Amino acid sequence: MTGADTLRRWALALPAVVVITLFSILPLGVVLVYSFLTPGDFGNVKWIFSTDGWFSVLFERNIFDDTIAISDANIGILVRSIVLSLITTLITVIFGLPTAWFIATRPVAQRNFWMFLITIPFWTNLLVRTIAVQEMIRSDGVFNRILLGLGIIHEPIQMMFSNFAVLLGMTYVFLPLMVLPVYAAIEKFDFRLAEASYDLYASRLFTLRRVILPLIRPGVIAGSILVFVPSLGAYVTPRIMGGGKSMMLGNLIDLQFGQGRNWPLGAALSITLTVLVLLALIWYTRLTSGRKERNHG
Amino acid sequence: MAKRSFDVTRLPGTAVLAVACFVILYIPMAILVAYSFNSGKVIGNWEGLSLKWYGSAIHNQAFLDAAINSLILAVTASVVSTVFATMAALATTRTEKFRGEGAIHIILNQPLMVPEIVLAIALVIIIGQIKQMTGYNGLGFLIAAHTTFCIPFAYLPIRARLEGMDLSLETAAADLYAGRFYTFRRVTLPLLAPAILSGFMLAFVVSLDDLVMSDFLKSPGQDTLPTYLMGELRRNLTSEIYAISSLLLLLSVLIVAGSWVATRKKD
Repeated sequence: MTGADTLRRWALALPAVVVITLFSILPLGVVLVYSFLTPGDFGNVKWIFSTDGWFSVLFERNIFDDTIAISDANIGILVRSIVLSLITTLITVIFGLPTAWFIATRPVAQRNFWMFLITIPFWTNLLVRTIAVQEMIRSDGVFNRILLGLGIIHEPIQMMFSNFAVLLGMTYVFLPLMVLPVYAAIEKFDFRLAEASYDLYASRLFTLRRVILPLIRPGVIAGSILVFVPSLGAYVTPRIMGGGKSMMLGNLIDLQFGQGRNWPLGAALSITLTVLVLLALIWYTRLTSGRKERNHG
Repeated sequence: MAKRSFDVTRLPGTAVLAVACFVILYIPMAILVAYSFNSGKVIGNWEGLSLKWYGSAIHNQAFLDAAINSLILAVTASVVSTVFATMAALATTRTEKFRGEGAIHIILNQPLMVPEIVLAIALVIIIGQIKQMTGYNGLGFLIAAHTTFCIPFAYLPIRARLEGMDLSLETAAADLYAGRFYTFRRVTLPLLAPAILSGFMLAFVVSLDDLVMSDFLKSPGQDTLPTYLMGELRRNLTSEIYAISSLLLLLSVLIVAGSWVATRKKD
């Protein structure tokens, strides 16, 4: 390609590149710089180099005797974010895979209808869906009213502001993200392969494990990434469902820039979260490109 | 006979779990909509059927202002991001490798790789300073932020479509002495239109959906629908919240239905 042609292509891409560089990449660089500064007295930062922000991600210094201990609060939230995101992914696989299977095995005319039902929540405002699931379990909510009405309990059960509530909320809002890619994979599945397997006296379980699952695996992996990544960075759903009691990383970051007034720590936590997401994405790319190589070999 | 009754597409238990999945997805939304027709003020406390809270929402100036802000934002951000994304997609497809092509691709996808809360915090730091220095605190900041995270959503479908289109029609047009611009307008653009439309819709919905970015970047009095709803959720839990939520739900049903009808026509 000639130099002029390369230049023309760059010029065409320039507006988008400039907007993203200015409003996403550059600000992220500033966050990285801020993570190495000293907290200001009323939020913000002082321009003095310090690694305290990064230190405080995992450790805390006792203000009386200067001993160093592991920061239970931060590590607890870090672990909770990862564990709850993993469980969310697992539950969405458990419900999403059979649902995608169910839709993909309907007659073609019916499939559109079922996919329509999956697409509506997918396009519905995240906050609205979180409010809807909150109504189910809040102390004056649907479950408690039903249980009270039936006389099974005499006082409302406190289900909100717990790991359970966050898990329920995230599973509810991210479930459609699992169904869509798995459905796409099953729709491409050649059912004659399953038939061949059954003809050779394979059991249903064996066929599922050795024929069907390996072939729809790319869809399941794609769905898992689509659920895991937004779960890890979730902010709205844990804020409403978990409150101050069951925080995730996103809420902890918010806290450092608000009441916590420790911007360098908040910045270091932001970079930590971003790196975790990137690791998940790199793992995904490795997995998918590895499969292509095997197919060639 | 035995052979016919054996269905290879059947997996025991999938139907049960699938039905459970649809029930789980729809019951909470159905209950939310049902409670939006409640005449009682306290959410979830049923006092009778009424459209009272829809009426109250429609006459609520704060809600109307938020709706207008959301609409301005979504329209501006999705139009600008779709135009930019289309240009970038045209630049990065149907060509031999050129210097920096990979870099452009990574930059355009970058907003997708960073959690929204991190991006919001990052922008707050910078935009806070700009606000102090310039004294400007209009909708411009929100428009810039929304445009930024909308670009990859518009870019992906348009790029995917372009990758599936070869250059033979354009070459044919050029052979018939059509100019570059004429070829683009009469050949490339019509072929690309469905993808541009879906990119635009995706960007529009993503902008409308955003709570985090707007909540962190808005100046006082700049509520969007989600930030207004979030504020009401904290301040006063009235049935109006459910009426507004139901209106948003209705909007997404209309958008999904609209796009289905549009794609049907295309087929």
